Amino acid sequence: MCGIVGLYLKTPDLEPELGRLTALMLHEMSSRGPDSAGFAVYGAANGVTKVSTLSRTGATDWKHLEHQLEHVLGADVAVETLSDHAIFSTTGNGQTARNWLIENAPDVSVLAVGSSIELFKGIGDPDAVAERLRLAGRTGTHAVAHTRMATESAVTTEGSHPFSTGADTCLVHNGSLSNHNRLRENLRKRGETFQTENDSEVAAGYLAWRMREGDTIEAAIEGALRDFDGFYTFAIGTRDGFAVVRDPIACKPAVIAETDDWVAMSSEFRAIARLPGVEHAEIWEPEPGRIYSWSHAA
Amino acid sequence: MTTTLANTGLDLATMDRRAVNQTLQEAERGDFTVLNPGGAHALACGLKSPIDVTIKGHAGYYCAGMNQEAAVTVEGNAGTGVAENMMSGTVRVTGDASQSAGATGHGGLLVIEGNTSARCGISMKGIDIVVGGSIGHMSAFMGQAGRLVVLGDAGADLGDSIYEARLYVRGKVASLGADCIEKEMQGEHRAELAELLARAGMDAGADEFRRYGSARKLYHFHIDNIGAY
Amino acid sequence: MADYSETPRTIPRKSATFDDYTLSEIRRAAATGIYDIRGGGSKRRLPHFDDLVFLGASISRYALEGYREKCGTDIVLGDRFASKPLHLKIPITIAGMSFGALSAQAKEALGRGASAMGTSTTTGDGGMTPEERGQSRHLVYQYLPSRYGMNPDDLRKADAIEVVVSQGAKPGGGGMLLGQKITERVAGMRTLPVGVDQRSACRHPDWTGPDDLEIKLQELREITAWEKPIYVKIGAARPYYDTALSVKAGADVVVVDGMQGGTAATQEIFIEHVGIPTLAAVREAVRALQDLDMHRKVQLIVSGGIRNGADVAKALAMGADAVAIGTAALVALGDNDPALEEEYRKLGTTAGAYDAWHEGRDPAGISTQDPELSRRLDPVKAGHRLANYLAVMTLELQTLARANGKSHVRNLEPEDLAALTVEAAAMAGVPLAGTNWVPGRGPGAY
Repeated sequence: MCGIVGLYLKTPDLEPELGRLTALMLHEMSSRGPDSAGFAVYGAANGVTKVSTLSRTGATDWKHLEHQLEHVLGADVAVETLSDHAIFSTTGNGQTARNWLIENAPDVSVLAVGSSIELFKGIGDPDAVAERLRLAGRTGTHAVAHTRMATESAVTTEGSHPFSTGADTCLVHNGSLSNHNRLRENLRKRGETFQTENDSEVAAGYLAWRMREGDTIEAAIEGALRDFDGFYTFAIGTRDGFAVVRDPIACKPAVIAETDDWVAMSSEFRAIARLPGVEHAEIWEPEPGRIYSWSHAA
Repeated sequence: MTTTLANTGLDLATMDRRAVNQTLQEAERGDFTVLNPGGAHALACGLKSPIDVTIKGHAGYYCAGMNQEAAVTVEGNAGTGVAENMMSGTVRVTGDASQSAGATGHGGLLVIEGNTSARCGISMKGIDIVVGGSIGHMSAFMGQAGRLVVLGDAGADLGDSIYEARLYVRGKVASLGADCIEKEMQGEHRAELAELLARAGMDAGADEFRRYGSARKLYHFHIDNIGAY
Repeated sequence: MADYSETPRTIPRKSATFDDYTLSEIRRAAATGIYDIRGGGSKRRLPHFDDLVFLGASISRYALEGYREKCGTDIVLGDRFASKPLHLKIPITIAGMSFGALSAQAKEALGRGASAMGTSTTTGDGGMTPEERGQSRHLVYQYLPSRYGMNPDDLRKADAIEVVVSQGAKPGGGGMLLGQKITERVAGMRTLPVGVDQRSACRHPDWTGPDDLEIKLQELREITAWEKPIYVKIGAARPYYDTALSVKAGADVVVVDGMQGGTAATQEIFIEHVGIPTLAAVREAVRALQDLDMHRKVQLIVSGGIRNGADVAKALAMGADAVAIGTAALVALGDNDPALEEEYRKLGTTAGAYDAWHEGRDPAGISTQDPELSRRLDPVKAGHRLANYLAVMTLELQTLARANGKSHVRNLEPEDLAALTVEAAAMAGVPLAGTNWVPGRGPGAY
């Protein structure tokens, strides 16, 4: 199925190391998820909204899209490309950009929108994906990442995690939901759009919906515990922090470690074993049905 | 005449796991130290002889799986399924253990000095498990035989569908599973509990514990048990 | 007053929905308050190998002569990772059936018959008996959710290990053995109180999901020095994904068991209403292997309703490497024999319908623990019968293969087949006879 990791830095000293450490953790999870990988990095917010996208064809005319978006948003848009990905930065409305792209640019998949988040994913060996998308050099305050062994859907780039449908919020999932098809239909009626058949995308959509309705991330996760059926360990990234939760039966693994400098979670301890200061870490396993969260917000 | 072998160090930073395990599986006697485990899986599994193995650091899944005769100590934490299906010997974890500690074990003694998470002793078939801290939910699920001693608390659904395993808990039990009830402590139970605590090196008195086991109402399929299925 | 005595009446008509069997089941449920338990696999008529035929030889394709022109049947199982793969003489193996479900005599007979024909038997949900290990030249040791009797010594004595995720009769159900068959010996092997109704787990105790299965297979290999092939067995549910995930988790061999696959005992409702037919499952499993470029590199064994050499040949033509038989092997030993009809009547049933194997009163001495009854089965004679049956299936397989121009049965392919019904064509991905139409796909697509 999958390997998931999350790393949240408590000290700015380690921010330049965020990508390197996340890549180390991702490497350890490759055998759990050899098909594909993805990661979300939360960097400094500098007043613009970023839209992370992926070309489905490898031949997308990014410049053309940049101009069209400027017109649609009535605001400046700049695009930066990397491999088959592009990040649009704009002072305009991110959700509008997302919806327009989904409607009008069938060769593009929208991965995330937010003031802090940048999201990348790719097929193939996780280390190769991380290298191609330059994970090791990235800086920021927190990251979540995922290695995938596809269960009930095809191995496609879009099917890889993390999934994000709401601003700055993304999710990685180890497990298998059993009622996601009906949930997806209900969420569509409530305005969510989905780009894959993946159960994890439904989970991300659910959280985005709850937060649009005014829930905090904790309240949204409480709703998920009520409404989701199946097996799951989720690591969830938000603009200011991250959260971990396991379903009440808790068959899928999870371990959390915390030092004065960082909090890390992973499907297997050996990913955390690579982190500096792990010898002094408090290590524990999250209890089922309980939300663990950390945040930089005051 | 016996020769005491000096301690042999096996370093996972320079040896691969197969070589480490093969050395341990083929040894008939001796003391061994495994260095730099880094959470690696299936360490010291399938051991067959009364050797001594110390793992310096955290072990991954299935550490000491199917152990026979050997004494294995993890100086750190252990992942899912430590000492799973153990037949005999001793396994000790100085830190915490993850899920399914001692799962389906047939014999031997498993000591966890810290806490275990869910399903401690699941489907146990004769193993003895002593936990210094607390255990997670669904522990001793379908426990068929053996003894589970917990100095801390037990999570929800303790002993669900239990057969003949005997459970002793000193702290709080969040809830009991189907067909698991509290039972009276008799002299024989106090004696067996004291012996287990002594063998595990745990400082606690048998009188501080309560005993739990099967009500034996689910031993035959019957309409009256419909709520438990 | 009108006289109705001469008015014609309609003939009495029973309901197809509320048929005799359904009516009797409702009455039984009302009387007992517990679900119906029985043995065997799905009894319903289902799309199956009978709905496919071979094309045979013609002007464009030439047959091989019998006897002189050899048609090979040997197979190697498990050469992906294991240093000691299994070399079998025929691609027909005996499926997992437990001592406990079956008598010791039956297990011995299976071992004798299989060994005589150079093939393997498989232990079941209760562990390895010395009789079976003694008689079986090639023994596959099952690793099940219950882990009854599991131990490293037997693991090392086995020739292969089969990790059972589920079986076709009940994908999602655990083992079941009722008190009347939990004798002292069975109870001892399973560490259970004598006479209880055994409840078994439906999931493995220490792993859930292919990512954790990958780690479990590593452990099993470390314990057995990477010598033995590891099979992963799954009941036919989502065979495409299940096969792909088994390969990714590191299986040497994948075993897919369709809904016709038997069990010693489970709820009737499980057998008939969960799991898909073998015909549909084979195609999906093969497709998964082909998509991963692992066809023939990870072998596929298919089971569930295999009855004769034609079923074997068709399964192989669809891409399986081998088949396993369970129910058919028991019938060869003597299960449901009309010679015992008087005894079946006393049990309230008739030869061919007897499926109350969980009650342990089998007059043939096969699915019972009763010492009197099980003594009726002579393991040597029954072993001969099984060997005869396997020999016939092999000859039939070779006959069909030769007729399609094959010098080895592994060269049978889907293009040798045609379908007789639309359902079979759709499920098997084989064109309807006389056309190149596969429902749901374009011409020639497989």
